[in-house]
Amino acid sequence: MRAIKDSDRRAAASAGGHQREVWSLRLYVAGQTPKSVAAFANLKKLCDENLPGRYQIEVIDLLRNPQLAKGDQILAIPTLVRKLPVPVRKIIGDLSNTVRVLVGLDLRPRAGGEG
Amino acid sequence: MTHGDSRSKSLRDLRKCPTGIRGLDEVTNGGLPRGRPTLICGAAGCGKTLLGMEFIVRGIRDFNEPGIFMSFEENEKELTENVASLGFDLADLQKRNLLAIDHVRVERSEIQETGEYDLEGLFVRISCAKKQIGAKRIVLDSLESLFAGLPNENILRAELRRLFRWLKDQGLTAVITAEQGRQSLTRHGLEEYVSDCVISLDHRVVNQVATRRLRVIKYRGSAHGTSEYPTMIDESGLSILPLSALGLDYPVSSERVSSGIKRLDTMLGGKGYYKGSSILVSGTAGAGKSSMAAAFSDSVCSRGRRTLYLSFEEAPGQILRNMGSIGMDLGKHVRKGLLEFRSMRSTFHGLEQHLVSIHKLVTQFKPAALVMDPVTNLTSIGSTEEIKAMLTRIIDYLKNQGITALFTSLTPGGEAFEQSEVGISSLMDTWLLLRMIESASERNRVLYILKSRGMAHSNQMREFVLSDKGIQLVDVYTGTGGVYTGTARMNQIAADQARAAGAANEAARKKRLSAQEAASTRAQMEALRVKLAGLAQEAELGKLAEQGRLAALTQERQEMARARGVD
Repeated sequence: MRAIKDSDRRAAASAGGHQREVWSLRLYVAGQTPKSVAAFANLKKLCDENLPGRYQIEVIDLLRNPQLAKGDQILAIPTLVRKLPVPVRKIIGDLSNTVRVLVGLDLRPRAGGEG
Repeated sequence: MTHGDSRSKSLRDLRKCPTGIRGLDEVTNGGLPRGRPTLICGAAGCGKTLLGMEFIVRGIRDFNEPGIFMSFEENEKELTENVASLGFDLADLQKRNLLAIDHVRVERSEIQETGEYDLEGLFVRISCAKKQIGAKRIVLDSLESLFAGLPNENILRAELRRLFRWLKDQGLTAVITAEQGRQSLTRHGLEEYVSDCVISLDHRVVNQVATRRLRVIKYRGSAHGTSEYPTMIDESGLSILPLSALGLDYPVSSERVSSGIKRLDTMLGGKGYYKGSSILVSGTAGAGKSSMAAAFSDSVCSRGRRTLYLSFEEAPGQILRNMGSIGMDLGKHVRKGLLEFRSMRSTFHGLEQHLVSIHKLVTQFKPAALVMDPVTNLTSIGSTEEIKAMLTRIIDYLKNQGITALFTSLTPGGEAFEQSEVGISSLMDTWLLLRMIESASERNRVLYILKSRGMAHSNQMREFVLSDKGIQLVDVYTGTGGVYTGTARMNQIAADQARAAGAANEAARKKRLSAQEAASTRAQMEALRVKLAGLAQEAELGKLAEQGRLAALTQERQEMARARGVD
């Protein structure tokens, strides 16, 4: 509950911090699985709503480039990595829980101690 | 180790993947199940990671099987540093494309979970590494940190189940390590998923001494040793002692080994100890046990064979000096590399550790004989039963190797001599007893053979004399006054010699006397014979004179008759 209440203040703060930066996002998938497809669709929608015009998404298919998994410490699929702005953030899952994705990307403040 | 044998044997039932870890392949009858996962569980610090690392590195080195080490805890650099002291050059193996190290870092605070996911990333990484180096083996160390890193345990469990299935399909022989749980084998119940082979490592402290143990809890489709095996980690890695796996069917030799004391060899059926037998020398303090051990070592080394001398009381230098004082130069054998001293306090480590280190020394040094001086010193670190169990294992092992072993045992004063303190006499083939005899205000050493299996041995007591000329066994004198040793023995010898000399003189005198008598008798006989001859001659002369007289008388009568004119 608190997360939603505080959201406006937090959004203003983050807007000040990340306003002009271009967000570099990387989505790791392994083949065209339903989860991967869902994750990409969810991400696209979310970015269009929250970061219009200042984001780029790079989709990496580990079945084609398996050696890339090691560099970003990918374990779970799908994994979204926020490369920029730093610090690097990692979000796993099909990104269906929008609130959590926003929190994970620092677009919404974290609620209490629970991630 | 007999990898060849175990491998060909195991082909009949289950294909095995030898680990190359000393002892583990014996315990598991040839290695881990090939193409299947094995679970290694144990508490922190019990050597799980090391076992995994050795499995991979020895697999590469000894069996030409490239391997993947997936670490969930330590990173590449830490791993490389940790095993560098074992002589494992991980960087080089990586360069040669034989080893792949992948550090999987899972940080819960960095991960936001947002819906459905799987662990395909892990699968991708494994299959990528596998393809890259052609891996046959893999270690996952330790998968349990995933439970800390990933929030959704249901997904994790489902994925682990899939992972193990997949590893099998990939034909990878896997070692999975897991932390010990309080009530279960592993904290997160991984044994549910890995059911082919489960090995437990244990590290416990008893009497302030740490001991490591390994046990094969389960091994589907294969016979395996079920005991807890003593385990050791040292500068060459992990070693497991499969000693209790040995039976009582060791080869028996009728070859003899000299005890180093000529007279003792004579007492032992004329030839000494049997090769590969175990000898116990027991006695009170200062009875000469170490000297006996040294004499034996000297004799073995003089024949160009190696001896391992384990001392729990004296430093090598001290033994060399002391034995020099009784005319034994052990230093020359040490310089030739035939004699190896190992001095350590028995309390330095636990019984198991002693056992493993002795086993290792023997494997490396390959001695023909081994001396342990004294075994009773081990009582400070274990109970009689434990020591007996340990010595049984050592003796079985040594007998299997055909190594003659001499143990000394200190009998505390005032106790029964026929009782060795650690109750090991029944394990011994030959038991020599050294005891002190007090008489005539002296203490003297006496040696006798209490038993010696398989040879006609002397039942005699011998006095054991240490001098600067070495060890000598001297007959003891037994008489009405008891056993004579030391000065009393010398007195007895002197008395005997005097008596013998007196008897000899008497005999000579008698001989002389009878010779004189014979001579005088012969002289008398001669005189009589001469007299007799004289008498005979006289008689002859008398006879002739008589004849002459008779003849003259006759003639006279005839002449007289003629003159008177008889007609």
